[in-house]
Amino acid sequence: MKKNLFSNWYNSLLTVVFGAFILWVVYSLVKYLIGVDTEIIRVNLRLYMTGRFPSEQLARLWGAIYVATATVALFARATVRNAQMKATEAGLDFERSHWTDVVRRFWPIGALILFTLSFTQTITPTLLTLVAAAIGLAAYWLGGMMPKWLIHRSWIIVVAGLVGFYAVLVGFGGVGWDLWQGFFVNIVITVAGISLAFPLGLMLALGRRSTLPAVRVLSVTYIEFLRGVPMITLLLMGAFALGFLIPGDFQFSLFLRLLIAITLFQSAYIAEVVRGGLQSVPKGQIEAAQSVGLSPWKTMRLVVLPQALRNVIPAMVGQFISLFKDTTLVFIVGLLDLLRAVQISTAQPEFFAQGLEAVVLPFAALYFWVGSFVMSRESRRLEKKLGVGVR
Amino acid sequence: MKRPPFWRNIRVIRAALQIVAVAVVVGAFLYLGNNLRNELVAKGLPTDFSFLSQPTGVNIADSDFDPASPVWRALLVGIKNTFLLVIVGIPFLTILGTLIGVARLSTNWLVAKAAMVYVETLRNIPPLLIILFVFNAVILQLPPPRDPSTPLDWFVISNLKITGPGFAASSGAGALLAIALFAVLAAVIVGIWRTKYSETTGHHSHRVLWSLGVFVAIVLVGYFLTGRPVSMSFPDLDGRVITGGFGGLGSYFAVLIALVMYTASHVAEIVRGSIQAVPKGQTEAANAIALSGFQRLRYVILPQAFRIALPPIINQYLNFAKNTSLAIAIGFTEITLITFQAIGNGYPAPQLILLLMGAYLLFSLTISLLVNILNRRLQLVGN
Repeated sequence: MKKNLFSNWYNSLLTVVFGAFILWVVYSLVKYLIGVDTEIIRVNLRLYMTGRFPSEQLARLWGAIYVATATVALFARATVRNAQMKATEAGLDFERSHWTDVVRRFWPIGALILFTLSFTQTITPTLLTLVAAAIGLAAYWLGGMMPKWLIHRSWIIVVAGLVGFYAVLVGFGGVGWDLWQGFFVNIVITVAGISLAFPLGLMLALGRRSTLPAVRVLSVTYIEFLRGVPMITLLLMGAFALGFLIPGDFQFSLFLRLLIAITLFQSAYIAEVVRGGLQSVPKGQIEAAQSVGLSPWKTMRLVVLPQALRNVIPAMVGQFISLFKDTTLVFIVGLLDLLRAVQISTAQPEFFAQGLEAVVLPFAALYFWVGSFVMSRESRRLEKKLGVGVR
Repeated sequence: MKRPPFWRNIRVIRAALQIVAVAVVVGAFLYLGNNLRNELVAKGLPTDFSFLSQPTGVNIADSDFDPASPVWRALLVGIKNTFLLVIVGIPFLTILGTLIGVARLSTNWLVAKAAMVYVETLRNIPPLLIILFVFNAVILQLPPPRDPSTPLDWFVISNLKITGPGFAASSGAGALLAIALFAVLAAVIVGIWRTKYSETTGHHSHRVLWSLGVFVAIVLVGYFLTGRPVSMSFPDLDGRVITGGFGGLGSYFAVLIALVMYTASHVAEIVRGSIQAVPKGQTEAANAIALSGFQRLRYVILPQAFRIALPPIINQYLNFAKNTSLAIAIGFTEITLITFQAIGNGYPAPQLILLLMGAYLLFSLTISLLVNILNRRLQLVGN
């Protein structure tokens, strides 16, 4: 590998030129990092992470995080046990993955959490994070005692988790979603957007393949229209035009309007992803299902869709990443997300006009980078595991 | 065979389902449209497109745009600015993306790793963030407009506007333009003729040289015949006003650089994937007939890789065109920002947003169409 650095004259030239350039970059980076003043981040960390979430209600936010951690741990355990049971039923060997594998896959997220905690001004967030980790581990262990019927229907765990999350935040005079801001709102919009867009996109993909011409034309028009416009036009529509469609003075909250716009937008892209998956299922499967006497609906549900959706998991993750990066756009229509938070922090009187954008913008970039990087690595790992595209 | 009753007749069911589907959609549109009209009337806003001839009240930098001009003119300026971003950006990002994609596969470890770092860094950051960073950390670091830097006396660089030498047209330039278009036509005809000649006789066509030569010759002759209507003009700093020259706003360059770098990172991945997707047997066959590395790339690998890469690259071009709307964040007056400002000035949002979407659909469809023609020509027979 390294022997090719100087194998001939143009390789040597390239190496020297690139080497010098890279050394210069690293040097400037180190010089910048040593001299950087992170006071602005320390002071504004809560603004970046949660926006103007009322500070007396932060307990609710932590409660919601605990609910989410427990849900993820339970769901993970259910998935593992499901796979285990299926393997033993089929008489195959089950390979348990070691916890070090999980660490290797997700260490950037752990590093990011530690990095964030390093900017906190009290010990409380660190302690609360340790509690979250403990809850996660406890939930994973408790998952070992889950009844079989629950494991087969593990989506119940997810639904219960979502309901619990929402209830803890909003229930009994909690914090309505207009005050969900900061990096928290980036994550919420991503998860909510994809979850809500998925059923709609699935229906559109099926509609596009329908034999009924009217349904097909309607689906294609919708999909091609929404894929041809930038997301920001839909956000503008959500912010300014959606109010005109409701009679009277009733006004939806901005968050809800933007969520509707994002859901509509993402549904068109998910429809295309699912369409690719549907096309990847060999026609013989459908013919075999018909020969066994399955109705069209049963064929779709039991034969086609499981295979189709499994094939497009990597592409779906790609869409998830894309939405995650696009949630930064909501700041243009007034929702305070991480990017907006770092921007307004440089406009505060004590930090104004000190060129601190060069500090806070890379800080914000780090969050998006870690999230996207980990997700795309997971997607590549899944691609390899499923053997997608291997000849 | 007895016909099944109509409520079990598949043809009837199919027709009924379609009628229901269309009725639901049309009904929804009518209901929402009615609400829209009522709400617009209730708020005192026009329900048609007549507002387009009202004065805008919007100031557009870097042009002698009069705020009293009608709205439709402002929208046209926005479309022109978006077009300028797209037309300059796409060639640059293609070249940069291809170079980095090929560099990723280089046998030189340093070059390959550097390319990988570039791609992995830029691909995972939101484009909006890159635009903000380039604008704040690069463009705004340039000298302020009242004290710009003027290297070589050829350029005037400030954080507001970057100007360089350009062309100034005087009378007769229109005729020169017509001659230039004719020259393009002639060059194309000559190119086709030389290709046919090469096919029938087997000699080298040299068609690029011939076409270029014809084009340059005709344009030169036309230039002198029309009395030299085009000359170089250098930006002249007159206090705070820059006259002459050719340049763009600092925000234009910020968006251009940021989006080109971002989209190029995606194109690099596509190019790398497409080169790796060319079957290994092709490389081995090329080696077997003793083609050099460069010849192998040019005649065997890249043409096949290009065919594979083209559809995803079309997608990236469309993404680039749509991402230009992010320029709204730094105040570059492309079509999205102008729409936003018009809404702020009290013009009806639904109609304006509809026009905005229509404009982007036009861009998307045009790019799609042009590149799909190329794609169809490259497709393997029988695919």
